[in-house]
Formats: sequence, structure tokens, C-alpha cells
Amino acid sequence: MRRFAPLVAAALLALALVGALALGPVRLPVGDVIGALGQLAGLPVAAEPQAVAVVGALRMPRAILAALAGAVLGLAGALTQGLFRNPLADPGVLGIAGGASLGAVSAIFFGFAALSVWALPATGFIGGLAAALLVSRIARSDGRTPVATLLLAGIAVNALAMSLTGIVVYASDDRQLRDISLWLMGSVGGATAIRIWILVPFAALLLVGLPFFARGLDALMLGEREAVHLGVGIETLKAGVIGCVALAVGAVVSCVGPIGFVGLVVPHIARMFLGPGHRLLLPVSTLAGAALLVAADTFARLVVAPAELPVGLVTAAIGAPFFAAMVARSKRRLAI
Amino acid sequence: MRAVLAGLFCLSAATICVAGETPQRIVAAGSGLTEIVHALGAGDRLVGVDSTSLFPTRASVLPQIGYLRALSAEGILSLRPNLMLATEDAGPPAVLEQLRSAGLAVLRAREGFEPEAVAARIAMVGSATGKESEAAALQVTFLSDIARVQHAIPAAGPKPRVLFLLAAGSAVPMVSGRDTGASAMIVAAGGINAVDAYRGYKPLTPEAFATAAPDFVLTTEQSLAALGGREALLALPAFAVLARSGRVQVLSYDSVYLLGFGPRTAHALRDLAAAIHPASPIPTLPHRPWLEAGF
Repeated sequence: MRRFAPLVAAALLALALVGALALGPVRLPVGDVIGALGQLAGLPVAAEPQAVAVVGALRMPRAILAALAGAVLGLAGALTQGLFRNPLADPGVLGIAGGASLGAVSAIFFGFAALSVWALPATGFIGGLAAALLVSRIARSDGRTPVATLLLAGIAVNALAMSLTGIVVYASDDRQLRDISLWLMGSVGGATAIRIWILVPFAALLLVGLPFFARGLDALMLGEREAVHLGVGIETLKAGVIGCVALAVGAVVSCVGPIGFVGLVVPHIARMFLGPGHRLLLPVSTLAGAALLVAADTFARLVVAPAELPVGLVTAAIGAPFFAAMVARSKRRLAI
Repeated sequence: MRAVLAGLFCLSAATICVAGETPQRIVAAGSGLTEIVHALGAGDRLVGVDSTSLFPTRASVLPQIGYLRALSAEGILSLRPNLMLATEDAGPPAVLEQLRSAGLAVLRAREGFEPEAVAARIAMVGSATGKESEAAALQVTFLSDIARVQHAIPAAGPKPRVLFLLAAGSAVPMVSGRDTGASAMIVAAGGINAVDAYRGYKPLTPEAFATAAPDFVLTTEQSLAALGGREALLALPAFAVLARSGRVQVLSYDSVYLLGFGPRTAHALRDLAAAIHPASPIPTLPHRPWLEAGF
């Protein structure tokens, strides 16, 4: 079972992607979708122009954006939980989502968001990164960053970011208020090539660091001192994880809004099947996170069509009961 | 990417050609625009409306494209429209851009709460739907109705102070400041917006309420329902401060009627003016077909 887990997760992602391309408010026969994909791939096949247009310009960018964002959130969640050795940690504890939200909400309030397609992602990203830097700065002493201090610093910075966001929200007029509350629900609806290209390098950064993180986090499970004895550069590991997670999650939140649940729960579900070893946990969380967000977005597009739900509401609405059922079924095995 | 967008464009161009010169399948985002389309006699061409379009009844049963600030590109395209009418606050911008790239003609109505802005939107919808003469007639009727109301509003004497309250769900009711539709209606009806210290909406605070010293509290039927009725509104702490004076009067209208800024605005203005100037006779306006819910 465990050995096949990455294959199962990859199959789920493939299934979710097929569903995302085939399903939507515009009804397309499967044959047309396949033809459209062929033509988009540059194959000399005849295709229905409507199918090419809908699949190529609307569904594919959304599916790719959702997959990238879900992959980053799933992996970042697993990394954060590993670093804190705490299954309740998620990327939010580093202050990233709070800082990114403050940046994005400020961009809407001051009207930057309307100036350029880059403005909202940029301010969100800067906010997330600034919050993460502040957290690690507060937590650091004598060149070391104890995780307990890091957690407390994260709580403090998150609270600060939330209160500042509240002040901006209070000062907003009703139209900005509606934009802000919709942004805070998270959506991949504005999937454009720009947002996808923003995410690619950050997702790649996390993936490149994955083998290094997996070895270090496995050693860290034994305890900080023990990890040092095993030859793990513990402060390098912490800085690497925090830095990469902050950059990648900051980029995701700035592009799609603060989508909850994926980063917290996907690693849990993966751990139920796989146990705590990071060599499998990290790649499986990545694939499963991508699969979950792609599936949730397809659901969001279909359930109230021709309208659509913010995907952040869907991840919680379909994920939470599923997760609760899993916890109830495997209480004994769960002793994490 | 460019080739794909060109494909979307060809697709929509083809549907427009098949449909002929005037668009036959229209999507409207904004209650005022939906009402104008109906008043011009093009209501049967609507194939989808946003969630604010609650009037007339047959618009409210059309497929809903969602809240007008959170539209979905593929959802709208699935209705196979060849024209989309949208208010300036419809969005998000990325979705409107996707729709435009798909070749859908998206017309944004100029915003504005003045009667002239409503008339301009009537003209815009008229030319977009090929109902120019109907639009010209509707404009004349609408503006003359407005003029009759405004003519009857007393020019001299103290103007009543009116405070507009908006409640949605369990949160504290919001008070409208300057530059809002509610404020524009109050001023046009010959009143003073009792709160002009800020733009837009802010939560109600009891002391600010007392300072505003309103003669009338204006609200919507939907807000009253959200609060739990007129008694619940009067039981708010803010009202307790004024209870001793006992002269504040609560007025409520359907929200789309009062704040839709469509063809019914003349009648809404008349009702509001008559209510806040009880001593002056404000003439009743002739009944118009677009006032009927079953229209």
C-alpha cells in the first residue's frame, strides 16, 4: 500500500485534471475535448472550435493554476508540520497568509489593484514575505531559531496582520469591502497566464528542495539534538524550509487568495496512510494537494452554474466532513 | 494562447452573424439594467441575470450568473449570449477580460445616481438592443415623471434629515454616508442625508446616531427582514437614545425599488418625497407598465 501511495496520488491528480478539462457549465462531448486537447498540443487533428476555445482559454488555465496552488499548499503544509513536529501547524503559523492578506487588502483599499494585473499579486507577495521575515527575526536568538519561539512569534505577527487588515476593512467603502471579502474567500477564477507564470518558479523552488527537506525532517523527528548528531545542519534546514515555504505560499496566496484547509488537512490524510516518513509524505502531499484543489474548483464551477462558488468555501465544505469521517474511522491508527 | 482566444472570438462572431444585427441572447448584470431591458420590451431576449436582478418576476426565474462582483466566465458563456450588459461595479475585471477575449460584446453602463444617468443607461440599452425608439419614449416619460416630483418638492422651509440604514444578516446595521445611492435618493427627494461625514457605508454607533438627529430613518424591506422586523429595529440601542424625543419615523421600501436606479426610480422618488414632506402635496405619478412585477 505505502509503496504505491505516490502512484495512487498521481492517479487521483490525473483523474481530477481530466474532470477539470471535461466538465464545466459549457457542455462539451468527450470527443470534442480530446480533439481540442490534441489541437492545443499541436497535433494535426480536426477539432470543434468551441471546444478548443473553452478548454484552451478557460478550463486549462484554471486547472493548471489550481494544480500549482494546491501542490504548493499541500507540500508547504507537510513541511511546516514536519518542522514544528506538530500536526496542527500549517503555513498560516508563519504569518504568511495573514501578511499576504494584509498586502492584498491594502492594494484593494488604496486602489493599486486596479492599476495593473501585477499589483495585487505583488503586494500580497510582499506582505506575506515581510510577515515571514518578521516572524523569523523575532524568533531568532544567538543564531538559533527555536521552533517554540517561532510558533509564538507567528501567532503574534498573525494577530498584528489581522488587526491591521481589520482596520483597512473598517476604513473601506462598501464596494471595496465586497471586493475584499470575496478575495478573502479565495478563487482561481481569474486564472491568467501571468498568475500561472508567477507560481511556476516558486513551486519549482519547493520541489527542488524536497529531497533535502525530506532527509532533514526525518532526522528532526527524533529531536533537534539527535538530528544534529545525525549530521543535519538544523538551522540551515529551518531557514531553508521557512524561506521556501514563505516564498511559495506567499506567491500562492497573492494569486488565488487565502485558500484554507488544503495545507492543514492534506498532509494529515497522507500521514494516515503513510505514517510519518517524509520521503513519501512530501511528494504524496504535493500530488494530493493539487488533486484536491483541482477537484474542488471543478465542483465550484459546476454546483451553482452558471454562477460559481469561491473555491476556498468548497475546499472546506467538501474537505472537512471527509476529514472528520477519516479521523473517526482511524482513531487508533492516528496516534501521531 | 493567442490562437485559442482567436478561436473563441470566431465562435462568438459566428453566433452574432447567425443572430443578425440585434443581439438575441442577452445577459444582464445589475438590477437597473435588467429592468430597463424589460421596460424596452426586450425582456424575452434575456437568458441570464445576476443575483441582484429580482424584478420583474420573470427576470428572477432566469438562470442566475451569481453575484455581480463574482461572475464566472464559463458560466456566462454556457448561456451562449451575444451581448452582456453590466454595471460599472460588475466584475472581477479578469473575468470581464476573459469574456471580452471570448468575443462577447460586454457593454459597461456608466454609473451615476442622477436621473440623467438613468436616462443615459436607458439610451445605452436601447441602442445595444435595437430598441432606440422605445428608449427615446421611455427617457421622455421617465424624465417628465422625475420633473413632476421635483417640481412639487417644497423649495422653502427646513429640509427633513433622513438617515439610511442597511442591514445584512447578523452584523450591526450600516449607515450610508456621502456618494451612495441612498444618499442621492434622499437629496433628490428634498431631504438632507443626516450623515455626511464619510463616504460609503459604516457601522451604526448609537452616539453618532443621536448626533445625526434624523427626522426619518429610511431602510429597506430586506434590511427589516434581516434585523427581524420593525420592532427589532426600534429596539436597537441607537434608537433607545432617540426614544425620548419620540419623533423619529421609520420608512422602508423594497431595496431594488428604492436603489435599483432603473425606470422605477421616478416612482420610488415620488414615494420617498411624499413620505418625508407630509405637509406638502406630492402628486401621484401615472401608473407605468414597468412597475408591474408580472411585466
